[in-house]
Amino acid sequence: MPIFIDRRLNPKDKSLGNRQRFLRRAREELKRSIRDQIRSGRIADVDTEHAVPMPERGTTEPSFNDNKASGNRQHILPGNKHFSPGDLISKPGQGSGARAPGDKASEDDFRFVLSREEVLELFFEDLELPDLVKLNLKEIHAFKPRRAGFAATGSPTNISVGRTMRNSHGRRIALRRPKQQELDAILQEIATLESEPGGAATRQRIATLREELERLERRRRRIAFVDPVDIRFNRFDARPIPNANAVMFCLMDVSGSMGEREKDLAKRFFVLLHLFLKRRYERTEIVFIRHTHEAHEVDEDTFFYNTQSGGTIVSTALDEMHRIIEQRYPAAEWNIYAAQASDGDNFAADSERCIKFLDGKLMRLCQYFAYVEIIDEREAHIFRATENGTSLWRAYSTVELKWPNFQMSRIATPADIYPVFRRLFARQPAVRKSA
Amino acid sequence: MARQANKPGLLFSGSDWDFGKLSRAYEAIEALAIEELHLDIYPVQMEIISSQQMLDAYSSVGMPLMYRHWSFGKHFLYEDLLYRKGGRGLAYELVINSNPCIVYLMEENTMALQALVTAHAALGHNHFFKNNHLFRQWTDAGAILSYLEFAKSYITRCEERHGLAAVEAVLDAAHALMEQGVFRYRRPPKLSSERQREGLRERLEYEERSYNDLWRTLPSAQESKKADGVDGRIAERKKSLNLPEENLLYFLEKNSLVLEPWQREIVRIVRIIAQYFYPQRQTQVMNEGCATFVHYTLMNMLFDRGQISEGAMLEILRNHSNVIFQPAFDDPRFSGINPYALGLDMMQDIQRMSTKPTAEDRDWFPDIAGHGNWREVLLEAWANHRDESFIRQYLSPSLIRKWRLFVLADGADEPHFEVTSIHNERGYDKIRAALANSYDIGAKRPDIQVIDVDLLGDRQLRLQHRVKDGIVLDEGSRDSTLRHVRNLWGYEVSLVAVDAQTGAVIHERSTSQIAE
Repeated sequence: MPIFIDRRLNPKDKSLGNRQRFLRRAREELKRSIRDQIRSGRIADVDTEHAVPMPERGTTEPSFNDNKASGNRQHILPGNKHFSPGDLISKPGQGSGARAPGDKASEDDFRFVLSREEVLELFFEDLELPDLVKLNLKEIHAFKPRRAGFAATGSPTNISVGRTMRNSHGRRIALRRPKQQELDAILQEIATLESEPGGAATRQRIATLREELERLERRRRRIAFVDPVDIRFNRFDARPIPNANAVMFCLMDVSGSMGEREKDLAKRFFVLLHLFLKRRYERTEIVFIRHTHEAHEVDEDTFFYNTQSGGTIVSTALDEMHRIIEQRYPAAEWNIYAAQASDGDNFAADSERCIKFLDGKLMRLCQYFAYVEIIDEREAHIFRATENGTSLWRAYSTVELKWPNFQMSRIATPADIYPVFRRLFARQPAVRKSA
Repeated sequence: MARQANKPGLLFSGSDWDFGKLSRAYEAIEALAIEELHLDIYPVQMEIISSQQMLDAYSSVGMPLMYRHWSFGKHFLYEDLLYRKGGRGLAYELVINSNPCIVYLMEENTMALQALVTAHAALGHNHFFKNNHLFRQWTDAGAILSYLEFAKSYITRCEERHGLAAVEAVLDAAHALMEQGVFRYRRPPKLSSERQREGLRERLEYEERSYNDLWRTLPSAQESKKADGVDGRIAERKKSLNLPEENLLYFLEKNSLVLEPWQREIVRIVRIIAQYFYPQRQTQVMNEGCATFVHYTLMNMLFDRGQISEGAMLEILRNHSNVIFQPAFDDPRFSGINPYALGLDMMQDIQRMSTKPTAEDRDWFPDIAGHGNWREVLLEAWANHRDESFIRQYLSPSLIRKWRLFVLADGADEPHFEVTSIHNERGYDKIRAALANSYDIGAKRPDIQVIDVDLLGDRQLRLQHRVKDGIVLDEGSRDSTLRHVRNLWGYEVSLVAVDAQTGAVIHERSTSQIAE
């Protein structure tokens, strides 16, 4: 008799530790592929699994191996059909012994899937997010159990006693389980018959009664009081905690002065904002508005990759945003977030208009408005010190003073992005707007 | 145990398995194997696992317990991906050379498959592990699991104490030398340290007892050597270090000047695991052949006795023929010689020769042709051979004809392959020798040895690669492996390639030439 062990219930993911060690080793390369994917992918797609190519550097396992293209060897092969000794067969390709048995296919074109957590971990790395924030962003939706009827299976703690007893009662009636009263009545009768002296008829009567009693008791034993089929459990449904809708407006200046680097930084900023919003709201939509001297709503690809020439008039974008809010996103139903990225250029006269527009209309509608100005790394230390800046910066500074939900910041490197969000986080949980 | 057999005598019916059926099938198969094939096995422990767990086992070289290392994670990703994409199916079973013999069965298998796998692994492989001389001499089936347990916890402790990166660096280097970390010819020193000390004590006592002052007056051997000058000193130095040494890991573990005790222990763990797997790598054809022969024979016997239904037998045969499928060399599916097919065919050929020999067989194999008792012949072959010697001894002309084997000479400088031997009278011997050589792992792997080191001088570790048939090392992997050797040794390492026939130096490479 062999020993059987059922290992199927053993803890899963025995090789998780190995996987983590592997990912750590290939970290730099993986980070690069994730960054490339985020740069070319859609903002909303960051928050999912990603397939990445197998990293090459740092993960080879060298050993002393024969050089396949040297020396004399012999191959022993089955299935000769027409060769005789002395036949010459020209080598396929450039004589590298291509038919050598045991040649493995190249492993380069392997792609493997990184889980959402791993992707975010890599994405967050140089954004310098505090750990608590990372945790918050990586956390999946909160669920709340809700009663949802009854089930035939479940854990003992969830037994619904009322329902179980009702089933048991019905079954006992249907199967005619003898009641305690019936037994008691027969016992009573036997007792009375036995107490008074009787003849043969009485003895006969007692015997039948005893037989009846035994029959009933047997039946009671067969038909259980509570049978496993009666048992019902309270069923709970995990429902996501209800959340409202949010819309995120991405505004960007796409005039010639915004280069690759500026757009990349802007994109990271938008991605991060989207992640924050997605955690907090059930449904998030993104609207892309780009502008030069006029503004249009565009799709994501156009937003990041199409260039357009023209001057820079920021207020057109705000105008367009306002128009879209009026049309599609009534402020009573939607939490409105806006993120604007620009290099700060604007017509001097237009900045005044922007202030008025924000002050008068938009800021009242918006939950939060973030403005990031993307500056050159070399200028970073100059600009950080002084309140002077581009015309847009100076104009927005007055708005910032007036509205607490207006945030502005200068970004030169990826690490500068997070501080913009700090205020956003400090106000958790989300303040529902009064309609 | 509810028995839902619709025919009396059937071991099982239907495709679902349960533990009752499994144990009934196992008992019937075991009884038959012992009675009819005279197999001798370790007790069996069957473990049911899921496909996920099978993948886990794959990536950690098939052992149920293994220390953690990134390379296993990488292999897991490959295996997982191949499996998911349908590029490769999973094995139905996995068997571990241990006592009790652990057999993993996949939960997805049907009952017919479980029976097949039981016969294959729990009896075939099990018998081979217990009786083959390589396994008997070189591995300790009773101790491997507890050793791995120790290795795993030891390495975890090291990671906690010295950090992941430090442990990883040692493991990386040791893994790179795993191929060179086995004793090919001499048996690994087996004495436990306790007994070793005891032996030393006994010898000292003996010397004290048998002390004779006269011996002191003899001229010492060293004095005579000193006369030889430099060569003599080198010879003496080599002798004291037991050089040349083929087991690089062993040499580094014992003699490295920079390794801490815990690093030595890790090198030792890797070396012992490499040594444990060495017999398996030398007996692939025999091991799989033995298991396949056993399952095929037993399943047919059960079927003949009416213990397996026709439907189940059909399923078993279908799986069996998938396993032993051998495409011809020009088939796109060809990927080398299938060890299952070669092993099974050779063993069935031995069976045929002992019972129904032809004149040719009598000519070639006078010992076994017409021997009559094929069980005895096979049991002996299973016990005493490894792939290389088994093929050299038993590959018959009729099998060479059946497989239509031919030999292709492949010179790197020639623009053509040349067919040197085919399945004819003149070719049989050569094909047999060539096939046997191709299974000789000792000869196939690069032969690299430690030849010299001057511990009192520059401490340069000198390795020698004996180049056979002009096959040199791949340069990229050679350099990175040398770097690993250097990390373990601590000082410069050089590798000189010497032609095995002429002794001429082909080239020399030192770690000082390799950029970090």
